[in-house]
Amino acid sequence: MAVFPWHSRSRNYKAEFASCRLEAVPLEFGDYHPLKPITVTESKTKKVSRKGSTSSTSSSSSSSVLDPLSSVLDGTDPLSMFAATADPAATVTRPLDSSRKRRDRDENSIVGSDFEPWANKRGEILARYTTTEKLSINLFMGSEKGKAGTVTSAMSEKVRTRLEELDDFEEGSQKELLNLTQQDYVNRIEELNQSLKDAWASDQKVKALKIVIQCSKLLSDTSVIQFYPSKFVLITDILDTFGKLVYERIFSMCVDNRSVLPDHFSPENVNDTAKETCLNWFFKIASIRELIPRFYVEASILKCNKFLSKTGISECLPRLTCMIRGIGDPLVSVYARAYLCRVGMEVAPHLKESLNKNFFDFLLTFKQIHGDTVQNQLVVQGVELPSYLPLYSPAMDWIFQCISYHAPEALLTEMMDRCKKLGNNALLLNSVMSAFRAEFIATRSMDFIGMIKECDESGFPKHLLFRSLGLNLALADPPEGDRLQILNEAWKVITKLKNPQDYINCAEVWVEYTCKHFTKREVNTVLADVIKHMTPDRAFEDSYPQLHSIIKKVIAHFHDFSVLFSVEKFLPFLDMFQKESVRVEVCKCIMEVFIKHQQEPTKDPVILNALLHVCKTMHDSVNALTLEDEKRMLAYLINGFIKMVSFGRDFEQQLSFYVEARSMFCNLEPVLVQLIHSVNRLAMETRKVMKGNHSRKTAAFVRACVAYCFITIPSLVGIFTRLNLYLHSGQVALANQCLSQADAFFKAAISLIPEVPKMINIDGKMRPSESFLLEFLCNFFSTLLIVPDHPEHGVLFLVRELLNVIQDYTWEDSSDDKIRIYTCVLHLLSAMSQENYLYHIDKVDSNDSLYGGDSKFLAENNKLCETVMAQILEHLKTLAKDEALKRQSSLGLSFFNSILAHGDLRNNRLNQLSVNLWHLAQRHGCADTRTMVKTLEYIKKRSKQPDMGHLTELALRLPLQTRT
Amino acid sequence: MGTSLDIKIKRANKVYHAGEVLSGVVVISGKDSIQHQGVSLTVEGSVNLQLSAKSVGVFEAFYNSVKPIQIINSTIEMVKPGKFPSGKTEIPFEFPLHVKGNKVLYETYHGVFVNIQYTLRCDMRRSLLAKDLTKTCEFIVHSAPQKGKLTPSPVDFTITPETLQNVKERALLPKFLIRGHLNSTNCVITQPLTGELVVESSEAAIKSIELQLVRVETCGCAEGYARDATEIQNIQIADGDVCRSLSVPIYMVFPRLFTCPTLETTNFKVEFEVNIVVLLHADHLITENFPLKLCRM
Repeated sequence: MAVFPWHSRSRNYKAEFASCRLEAVPLEFGDYHPLKPITVTESKTKKVSRKGSTSSTSSSSSSSVLDPLSSVLDGTDPLSMFAATADPAATVTRPLDSSRKRRDRDENSIVGSDFEPWANKRGEILARYTTTEKLSINLFMGSEKGKAGTVTSAMSEKVRTRLEELDDFEEGSQKELLNLTQQDYVNRIEELNQSLKDAWASDQKVKALKIVIQCSKLLSDTSVIQFYPSKFVLITDILDTFGKLVYERIFSMCVDNRSVLPDHFSPENVNDTAKETCLNWFFKIASIRELIPRFYVEASILKCNKFLSKTGISECLPRLTCMIRGIGDPLVSVYARAYLCRVGMEVAPHLKESLNKNFFDFLLTFKQIHGDTVQNQLVVQGVELPSYLPLYSPAMDWIFQCISYHAPEALLTEMMDRCKKLGNNALLLNSVMSAFRAEFIATRSMDFIGMIKECDESGFPKHLLFRSLGLNLALADPPEGDRLQILNEAWKVITKLKNPQDYINCAEVWVEYTCKHFTKREVNTVLADVIKHMTPDRAFEDSYPQLHSIIKKVIAHFHDFSVLFSVEKFLPFLDMFQKESVRVEVCKCIMEVFIKHQQEPTKDPVILNALLHVCKTMHDSVNALTLEDEKRMLAYLINGFIKMVSFGRDFEQQLSFYVEARSMFCNLEPVLVQLIHSVNRLAMETRKVMKGNHSRKTAAFVRACVAYCFITIPSLVGIFTRLNLYLHSGQVALANQCLSQADAFFKAAISLIPEVPKMINIDGKMRPSESFLLEFLCNFFSTLLIVPDHPEHGVLFLVRELLNVIQDYTWEDSSDDKIRIYTCVLHLLSAMSQENYLYHIDKVDSNDSLYGGDSKFLAENNKLCETVMAQILEHLKTLAKDEALKRQSSLGLSFFNSILAHGDLRNNRLNQLSVNLWHLAQRHGCADTRTMVKTLEYIKKRSKQPDMGHLTELALRLPLQTRT
Repeated sequence: MGTSLDIKIKRANKVYHAGEVLSGVVVISGKDSIQHQGVSLTVEGSVNLQLSAKSVGVFEAFYNSVKPIQIINSTIEMVKPGKFPSGKTEIPFEFPLHVKGNKVLYETYHGVFVNIQYTLRCDMRRSLLAKDLTKTCEFIVHSAPQKGKLTPSPVDFTITPETLQNVKERALLPKFLIRGHLNSTNCVITQPLTGELVVESSEAAIKSIELQLVRVETCGCAEGYARDATEIQNIQIADGDVCRSLSVPIYMVFPRLFTCPTLETTNFKVEFEVNIVVLLHADHLITENFPLKLCRM
């Protein structure tokens, strides 16, 4: 094959540029321009009806043009659409036929979303009230022969079985499960819950009832009393299930073929069968022998009263409330009350009276807690009063919460007064504080502190009281004048707490109050106190969550880090986190807040020192087992910090900071990358300050920066990261007139290319690397254009070296990337052969001025071109196979285009080559006709330009293949 | 599956009064057509009396059970011999509940020694090869509401060691004072028994307080009569050591079928009583008895 010589077209970049440039038109204010910032003038979420009006939410300041992004969204963005439709949803679903009056009542009878539901409390109780003691479930499933004693004597067998059928679960078996661990117990209960559902599903209604009765019987058992609150939660879950099943069953019986019962039906609409079934349930339950199961089961189906009469529920609630008076054990009874309140709130929240009645009844029985029966029981179980009383809290909190929900101030005041009157009322006080509105409590803080102080030391633990008070004060502000006094009074007590656990639980809550209302001085004092209490015996080890939350609260209130770190005890406080995982978590929190709130770059040595320490801690936690995500997170946080450090004009200080940072964070690649970028930026800043003329001093400094990059890059792992950084740093070095350093970067990059693997890992997936390499090389070429040749090396030594590397690289057989690169090289070489290059770097002489269009240089250049072209043509030849024809055609066309753009077509051989290529592209019918037509049109258009007349002739020689 | 016979009574609760018309449908279903010798429907009502072994000897109890007293017994032929088509056939019926002579439709009552029961029986006679089909179904009779107003008869009571009878050693009893009242001992059977009970004081801890509903059945027979008291149900109203001087409600629903308005006839009597039973921790059992008069309004 003949070797084609290359003749590059000589170009006058300036003229071309001028001819291509659009006429600049000054923009009037108010004119439309696509890149002008869009200002949203109004957002119309309210207007959105269900169909969504299509009016645009945003309009640019120019008159009527829509922002294409927002107009796509059909008016509103989907998020605000959700918000807008969520609201009216409730009104839409409401039955239309209901009269207005009824609707008003409905609204009253629906508990608002501001009422904290039971579901929230559930988990908390289960987590808090646990035991390590062995539990037992005693299901009296056998008939109670002999147990019932005297009264059964004369009963005939038939009647007895009939009556006791209810008490039996599985005939003739009495199951007592002893020695259960807490988890076993929970599992058993869950099994029972499941068997209840199964029994119900298989239509064994009586069995289902038996299960429920047996379960609620467990609630009368107060052995292992610490577990009682959790047991209550578990068992009432079963009761809830049962209540739901019964209600749904009866409800489904009311559904005739003709009509479905509306949600708010009246008893007249209920058919007789449903009523009879419902009545049957109530009769069955009324004959349950024992009080506690009878109460619980009836309460669980309270809602079913709706089927029988309108006033059913309002008659039942007071009766059930009274019934609880029969429960002797105060703990059992208070939980029964809580359950009743819970059901009551759910079914008929408008019936407040029975809630109040429950509360007042409870007050009447309050003295029982200190009675003999309870005391004896505690002695037997070995439970102290201070750990017994908090068992009441969940139930009482719930009752109080129900009552105080939307309650008038007067009622709350009355309740408080009643509580005050009772002796040893710490327990009540605590529940008042946890259930009532925070504002109510906060305005009376001083009163409460007084009351807490008066409480009996032996009963309810005081630290819990202060904790509850603190929780309220975190939510609502006490009167301005009292604030300091409140803190002093409270802390006086808190600091005296001996048990570190009690202490920290209390302190944790009060830190929030302190941060909110006081300065760093007070916070410092508080932190110092915490350290003092938590250090002995390494008590902090058991309280990491609380300590962590203290840190969170402090940093949430102190956004100014110079203030934060000037709190003397803050860093010593951090030192208490000695377990690494916790420590790292805390550090992360701090950094997150820093990144979020730090506005200005800083050089404050206090902040720098402290945060470097924090970052170092995070960095040092990285090991071989650290997850990628975790690493990314840490790197992000550290980078955020590095970006925020600035010493202003003190560049040397800045560089030495980066040096220090590099030594500290060497294990996190993204941080190193950030550092390299930062240093590069620093070099460019310096150049900017010196306006491009480096003094001896700054030149040395810039070289130091370059050196920093040069020695840092090899320590990175990602191959393209390294390549790009070499290129980038090389550009920076070039810009700063460090020519030999730039050469070193480029050489390093070239020598790295052979190491590029075939496949690289991107986001956990293996991808072929060629496209990345192609991209990098193209970028590299455009830089090489302006890199001046080294006087001691041959002409274009970097390009040659790079070409050798490309030649030796093992390319994918099925891809044409190598040829694409060669085409780019051809472009580069054509650009290099110009008299004046397209671009330059200030103060760097590129080859155009070095060689000044020397013919030897041009000859070298052309020789290189010939070699490259030979390579391209060789490759095109190998593609003459069936499966590769398409590739041949497109490559041929692209080569044609390159020649058209960069070659001098007045040269006959080149001209001939281009015609051949044109034919090659069309030969097998693989070419896209439209592209060909366009290309031809372009050539014709070009030919009209001055000095391009020869193209007219070429165009004539390029036939268009017509499709048959 | 062959042929099935079922009776459906119109009223869901199956409750009827004397003079009313008992109505419903007999449902006959089968895959194939059913050949039969006629279908008849019988209403039966009777009082069964049983003598307890305690009152008369075992043998007498066994042999001498008193003959049932028939209240109502009538049969109607519903369908003449013939054939039912395959599938489901519903035959409606109406039965006026009238008694002959001076007999009374007593209220349904399931007791131990006295049982008052009403049944509806459907018989399908079939040829020799196939068995006759029978289906019985109980229905409930409520006696007519009593005329006139019920006069409430509240009872106050106080229980102390001194008020107790048949105590062996009164000195050994722990001291206690329990006060209370029943709102009425004349009770409407559909309304619960209500009242209040207050433990004013008690030396011993209280284990449980229960309401025991007792039936007292009396059967007349040749040798005289037998009177037996048995428990119907026992309802706990207090569990554990209840709070002192806080009233605990007394509340008991009268169970259906097992109770009826107090009944007194020449042959038998059904009466009811309630016992308030207090169990103390030292296993002392204190009972206070109140006769009740139940009626239907």
